[in-house]
Amino acid sequence: MSEYRLPPDKNIDVEEILKDLESYRPRRRGWTWRKPVKNLKMGPFTYKDATEPLKSSVPLPPAHYFGDIDPQPQPVITTEISSGRFEDDIRRMRMAAHHGADHIMVIRTAGQSHFDGLIEGSPQGMGGVPITRKQVRAQRKALDMIEDEVGRPINYHSYVSGVAGPDIAVMFAEEGVNGVHQDPQYNVIYRNINMVRSFVDACESKKLIAWAGMAQIDGAHNANATAREAWKVMPELMVQHAINSIFSAKVGIDKQNICLSTVPPTATPAPCVHMDLPYAVALRDFFSDYRMRAQMNTKYIEASTREATVTHVLNMFISKLTSADIQSTITPDEGRNVPWHIYNIEACDTAKQTLIGLDGLMDLVELKKDGCLHENARELKERAVLFMEEMIELGGYFNSVEEGFFVDSGMYPERNGDGIVRKADAGIGAGTLFKRESDYMAPVTAHYGYNNVAQYDKNAVNDPASLIGGCTLEKPEKIIYIDELDQEDNARNRMDAVAEFRPGFSNKIRPEMEWLADGVVMLTMFFPTEKRIAQAAALEFARKMNLTEVEVINCEIMHPTEGTRIEVKGKIPFELDIDKLVLPKEPEIMSDDEIRAEIERKPLRAVCGTVGNDEHSVGLREIIDIKHGGIEKYGIEVIYLGTSVPPEKLVNAAVEMKADAILSSTVISHDDIHYKNIARINQIATEMGIRDKVIFCAGGTQVTPELARKNGADEGFGRGTKGVHVATFMVKRRRELEGK
Amino acid sequence: MKRKDDFNQRRAHLANLSDEQLKARFWELADKLTEPMMKMGYEYTTPAIERSVLLRMGFSSLEAKEIVDGCIENNLIAHGAGNVIYRLAKANNKEIREIGVQLSEGKLWNEAVMQFKGGTK
Repeated sequence: MSEYRLPPDKNIDVEEILKDLESYRPRRRGWTWRKPVKNLKMGPFTYKDATEPLKSSVPLPPAHYFGDIDPQPQPVITTEISSGRFEDDIRRMRMAAHHGADHIMVIRTAGQSHFDGLIEGSPQGMGGVPITRKQVRAQRKALDMIEDEVGRPINYHSYVSGVAGPDIAVMFAEEGVNGVHQDPQYNVIYRNINMVRSFVDACESKKLIAWAGMAQIDGAHNANATAREAWKVMPELMVQHAINSIFSAKVGIDKQNICLSTVPPTATPAPCVHMDLPYAVALRDFFSDYRMRAQMNTKYIEASTREATVTHVLNMFISKLTSADIQSTITPDEGRNVPWHIYNIEACDTAKQTLIGLDGLMDLVELKKDGCLHENARELKERAVLFMEEMIELGGYFNSVEEGFFVDSGMYPERNGDGIVRKADAGIGAGTLFKRESDYMAPVTAHYGYNNVAQYDKNAVNDPASLIGGCTLEKPEKIIYIDELDQEDNARNRMDAVAEFRPGFSNKIRPEMEWLADGVVMLTMFFPTEKRIAQAAALEFARKMNLTEVEVINCEIMHPTEGTRIEVKGKIPFELDIDKLVLPKEPEIMSDDEIRAEIERKPLRAVCGTVGNDEHSVGLREIIDIKHGGIEKYGIEVIYLGTSVPPEKLVNAAVEMKADAILSSTVISHDDIHYKNIARINQIATEMGIRDKVIFCAGGTQVTPELARKNGADEGFGRGTKGVHVATFMVKRRRELEGK
Repeated sequence: MKRKDDFNQRRAHLANLSDEQLKARFWELADKLTEPMMKMGYEYTTPAIERSVLLRMGFSSLEAKEIVDGCIENNLIAHGAGNVIYRLAKANNKEIREIGVQLSEGKLWNEAVMQFKGGTK
């Protein structure tokens, strides 16, 4: 086995991951839930619903105000990562894990459902990744290292469906896949796979899922995404959930591993919480023995990331008011025509931020037990019961599907006659069912149904695999690993083609959005004109900026004639040499003791304020306040003049107080006001004859050191500055002034 | 089928059920609806199920496909593809893997058919 471990300050080495895959064995099987910690204390806060923190992670942007804490909410958080090139997805998985994802779901390539057997090797996918043993091994192996790095188990997930469900289920059980989508109704309705075959195959698949302790998610949410008026399928959704849930439990999956893929059925501009909450309550009442995977409503998402984020947050509000064991995160990638690394990460942050922001919500509010919440939930439940009663009248599930009972646009019992019709003797795989003979036998573990093992050995009845000395589930060394079948279409060739950009090993760099060095960038533009002109203009501007393959990915009307916001993507046809980049030097930091000694040697007094018409005081308070580790802690005397201080007042105070330093801060940067204020302070101080005696530091989130100096400050301090940076600079600058 | 929403008439027999009784009814119906699938799963097999058995017996996906196709062609699949290999291996005192690979190469099929003539052993 490879000795490779992830170095925290280096890129993951995909070449190392691909080494020795033939001898890789997964370290565990089964699903892992997060571990709740009651009343978790982190920084100045106590959390009610949080879980064990991570060892290494990237916290939310404002976390630096609170010691970089990164509290983790209760639900497992999902992200879907499938760019078509699994080798590139490995890097994205590391990023997602650091932003709080512990459920990595890989979507299958288009057409895999109809592939009769396992796909092998590493061909490139379309709209997903071809799920193969090699690809699964490589990603599971990478996730083993990533989970060690973040300090929390990561669940790896894909799909057991199509005409090769049982084949894939075996491979997943062997390879340590932790979660799967498995729902024969999905095959029937959306993939037109013969319905009887689908259910018979599903028995075998589910038996394997049960054996491996995987979590299973159903496919009911697709009815929501397919129906024209998505909220009208609510009774049917409950029926679909019920069929797959009880069917799975009967095959042997632990109910605590059976998850409903539940979607709040509608989205804004509908009054969605009012419509979705009774449904969520009805589901949780009926399915109290099962788990909830809160999928988000994708039905109405187009290309606006802002709109998608709000839908996501509203959906999570429902999760929080009811329950969610797994919280999904969906990005508008399809609408924007490429999987974007950054939106995966954004959506993970949205989930973490919302769920932590709503921590302890149910200590404060409770759902009403009467009124329209109960009445509407009750009505949905009754409609679902009536739906199933009629299915039984019609002769059962298969007959009901033949009658077009599912995905009808009418809210049951209303019927519009536009449901999806499938015939029991038609569809892909029809005519491939074989009734087992009385001597039917399969000498393997986790096999469902009739199995005449006793004909060979009565003692093997409870352990059929003992007939052959154990099957691959007991003896993984029996697995036959196929590396590649296609000498052209494989990861090796794809990686060789971009080898000069290998992250961490090459000095060449190019922007990336989906695949390594794809050169894809996104631009946002506003034009004071109508939509059609704006789109055409945006494309032309992008081309003139030398971008190739330019496409509009989002267009939002600000006003039908006054203006349009356009987002375009395109490709940059060149690269840069990292070694030739000019990097700004890291800010110097003296030790706390060194700074204190300097202040003891000679006291230092600073006047500070937010200048101009700027009320933003948080940043400056961070720099000065002792409780935030600001400059006061070194004994520096701080005279804080407050917010919206005119430049004149700041300089006058410095004169009156005989200050050694002026610290100004401006967050507002509109019309370059932040630099204008810096120049103004410099000018007044010069006119008053103190400029060469006083240290002048200018800060603010939009301040860059170079421009601050250019406008007359001694130094500029931008985003991420800490008190120690400013203190170090002042001490050093004073030494320089003393030396003059 | 087209039908107006007749929920209010249709629900009459549910109106007096408590929430708990309604829930019990829901699961009773779901249980009933899935009985036929459980039975079919018990009694039938498919090419995918048989391939999955062969994978577990230590054959590659390519070999499994060939063997299952051979079983269908020779009318043996209802006995179980794994059974065909197992019985042949026992009869010849050979390793499971060796027999399966030969079947995947189109060999031994006549003998396999002979093994299953005359019904259950």
